[in-house]
Amino acid sequence: MAPAGGRPMDVINYILRRVLTSVVLMIIISMVTFGVFFMVPKLAGTNPAELYVGKQATPADVAATARKLGLDQPVTVQYARFVKGLVAGRDFDDGPNKTHCDAPCFGYSFRNDRPVWPLLLDRLPVTISLAIGAAIIWLIGGVLAGVISALRRGGALDRTVMVLALAGVSLPIYFTGLLAQLVFVHTLHWLPGGEYVNFADDPAGWAGKLFLGWVTLALLYAATYARLTRAQMLETVGEDYIRTARAKGLRERTVIAKHVMRSVLTPIVTIFGLDIGSLLGGAILTESVFGLPGIGRLSIDAVNTKDLPVVLGVTLFGALFIVLANFIVDLLYAVIDPRVRLG
Amino acid sequence: MKLRTGLVLGTTVALTLGMTACGDGGSGKDGTTSKVSAEFNAATKGIVNSSDKKGGTLRFGYSSDPDSLDPTRIYYASGQNFMRSFYNRTLLTPDSKPGDDGLKLVPDMAEAMPEISADKLTYTFKLKNGIKFEDGTPVTSKDVKYAIERTFAQDVLSGGPTYLIDQLDQGQNYPGPYKDTDPDKLGLKSVQTPDDKTIVFKLAKPFADFLYLLPMAPGAVPRAKDTGAKYTEHPISTGPYMFETVDPGKKITMVRNPNWDRNTDPVRKALPDRIEVTLQMQPDELDKQLLDGSLDLDFAQTGVQPAAQAKVLLDKNLKKNADEPVTGFIRYFTISTKVAPFDNIHCRRAVQYAADKVALQTARGGADAGGDIGTNMLPPNIAGHDPNLDPFGSKQGKPQIDKAKQELAECGKPNGFETKIAVRNKGKEPKTAEALQQALAQVGIKATIDQSDASLYFRSTIGSPDNVHKKGYGIMTAGWGADFPTGTGFLQVLVDGRLIQQSGNNNYAELNDPEINGLIDQATAESDPAKAAELWKQINAKVMDTATQLPFVYDKALNYRNPRLTNVYVYSYFGEWDFGSLGVSDGK
Repeated sequence: MAPAGGRPMDVINYILRRVLTSVVLMIIISMVTFGVFFMVPKLAGTNPAELYVGKQATPADVAATARKLGLDQPVTVQYARFVKGLVAGRDFDDGPNKTHCDAPCFGYSFRNDRPVWPLLLDRLPVTISLAIGAAIIWLIGGVLAGVISALRRGGALDRTVMVLALAGVSLPIYFTGLLAQLVFVHTLHWLPGGEYVNFADDPAGWAGKLFLGWVTLALLYAATYARLTRAQMLETVGEDYIRTARAKGLRERTVIAKHVMRSVLTPIVTIFGLDIGSLLGGAILTESVFGLPGIGRLSIDAVNTKDLPVVLGVTLFGALFIVLANFIVDLLYAVIDPRVRLG
Repeated sequence: MKLRTGLVLGTTVALTLGMTACGDGGSGKDGTTSKVSAEFNAATKGIVNSSDKKGGTLRFGYSSDPDSLDPTRIYYASGQNFMRSFYNRTLLTPDSKPGDDGLKLVPDMAEAMPEISADKLTYTFKLKNGIKFEDGTPVTSKDVKYAIERTFAQDVLSGGPTYLIDQLDQGQNYPGPYKDTDPDKLGLKSVQTPDDKTIVFKLAKPFADFLYLLPMAPGAVPRAKDTGAKYTEHPISTGPYMFETVDPGKKITMVRNPNWDRNTDPVRKALPDRIEVTLQMQPDELDKQLLDGSLDLDFAQTGVQPAAQAKVLLDKNLKKNADEPVTGFIRYFTISTKVAPFDNIHCRRAVQYAADKVALQTARGGADAGGDIGTNMLPPNIAGHDPNLDPFGSKQGKPQIDKAKQELAECGKPNGFETKIAVRNKGKEPKTAEALQQALAQVGIKATIDQSDASLYFRSTIGSPDNVHKKGYGIMTAGWGADFPTGTGFLQVLVDGRLIQQSGNNNYAELNDPEINGLIDQATAESDPAKAAELWKQINAKVMDTATQLPFVYDKALNYRNPRLTNVYVYSYFGEWDFGSLGVSDGK
């Protein structure tokens, strides 16, 4: 779809520039992340191989493990191998055989003896389930609350909505999440506890287990959206072109829906894209509070067990989503707001 | 002359076990076991809900994943308990009995205890007939040797105990089967397999506890099915169950192994039809499901969380289904002999007297959830433990300020001094360091606490003497549990001056006392367990006299058992319930 006002070549140039920027950004992120995880321990005088040996390991065992994992190589060689794995896959020595880690090979977890990529894919449906469900609630709820608040500016409804929004944005998820569980799961028994179940196995159980996560996460984000929508709307209704639209005799509903909302939605789409991107990279606190085995939990477990390849994989995966979300937001910008000129 | 170790071990270890001290339970002298009704701590005294009812599913919950399912790589006690109970048979195994009988080794895959040569260097085992892998292939001595050889491949299969390497390498520098040039990958010289039923171990020097190393190792691994680092995804079973699914981070399920023959296995009851382990549960959710009956037991056996502790201890209906066994772990501070002013014994003694053991016990969770006050370095489940050994009079729990000040004066530091306490940034340990810090301040010792990353703490923070000297760690927080339940398995590595390593050192105090070292040599060579225990009792007393170790708690863990569990008893070998004896009364 060509953005309004853009010539086809401009559009292609625009997209290519954004793609290139995203790729360069990912390369820089991967270099920095790799450096942090594999060079800093070396500079601090610790050998990452010591994380993978048993408590009785001798120095020879540590050296053999470093050789096997390639940790005895210069960091540039290690990074080159990592990048090669991302684009072409790579082999890992598992004793009698070689294990091939298919591209995109985000590394190999020596704690789980599994490539990192399948571990991430395994956890992704849980994180997507959480993020999408919460996003629908906070987007609809937040924008609606912001619009109502702006239209009833200064009234009781406006004040109530804004106080709720302030509470929502101020209360940390580990508070609202635990409180909600205590009330709705453990005291009132309205919702089931227990472990996460797949949508395909038990749709009702899936929704039941996720519902509180959706709502508490949405509460946190909806607050921001409500406040942003309200502020943006109040600013926009004062613009000349809105006055003109009203002067033309358009109905108020049309003015709001066609003219005001279009302008209001631009920043909303921006932060929505970024929020979804970062959530897909791992809703760490929410997944921990609600015991959801998603990417956030995977990253916590990996940090706790010092599983560096998984931590690196999750970090890059999260970064990839944020970069991707930015890219999509940039494209949507031009679609939503005709004032955005390509160039 | 050859002798059978059955006779030696049959005399059993003269133990002073907490559980037998409780009186009305444990195993009798004739090997019978007492059945007890469900009440608090009942499973530490006898067998709760004794039953032979088969069927149903035994449901574990676990807040983590097992360190591995590959028997070569399992170190944690609960993982060893699990593999021993369900899928990894070994030549010998601890007997499935409560009380001190549970510390005795009995034949498992071996048809009898081994023949030991008169010079105590050669151990010869014969395999039983009818032992098979889950695919029906008979287990041979070569499979047993291959399994032991895998331990040597530390670059691929790290993480598990390596005691067998220490005893069996003998300068060969055997690299493990994956780099073995022998066409059959059976190149380890110290283990021989003259025929499919016989396996012979040749030691370089006598090691009385050699047999205790065998239950910790993998029993048998078929070379054709060895997938190296991936073996953890489906270890081939020789026990009553085999893996149905292994889904890391989620669930493990096991079903009956059709090729396990009950007639060859006197130690495993194998009552449930199915085993399930739900992984990576939130600890509080796990406790909730234990208490509401959705789960049967916690895989980790490290005790319920504080919220559930209060619930269990305050509700008599819940409390009767809980046990609080001594786990075999000891919590202690170790005081350096190399970092001034602790190179002077009087300064070390001052710390011993100034310590507030009640405060330290409280920091560990108190008497109910933490453990009993420890006064010496051998916990109650180790042969040679002496409940009366308390050289600093610390059992009463309170600091002895006057004595501490007197020792400070004798140390030449009447007004105290400054030092550092090293501690892991994990669990209850920072709180215990703070408790000691506050107690030391009462006598003028200003201690600063240096918290560091838990993962490398024992390996390179306090495990490196150079680092200890450089950082000036006078006092180091530590915890220790026996890998096998003898003085050698528990205390040697902590106090033998010849085992001080530059990395991964366990003798943190760098204690190197010729008299103690000499007694250790006698104890490790002593094949009579009762005499060895007496020697360890002496060693323990000598160690305490050096004031280098400040034990403060013998750990206990408050575990909750689902009332439907049958044959529950605390297995002294692991300080946990014997997983392999459990069944479910409702058959569901």
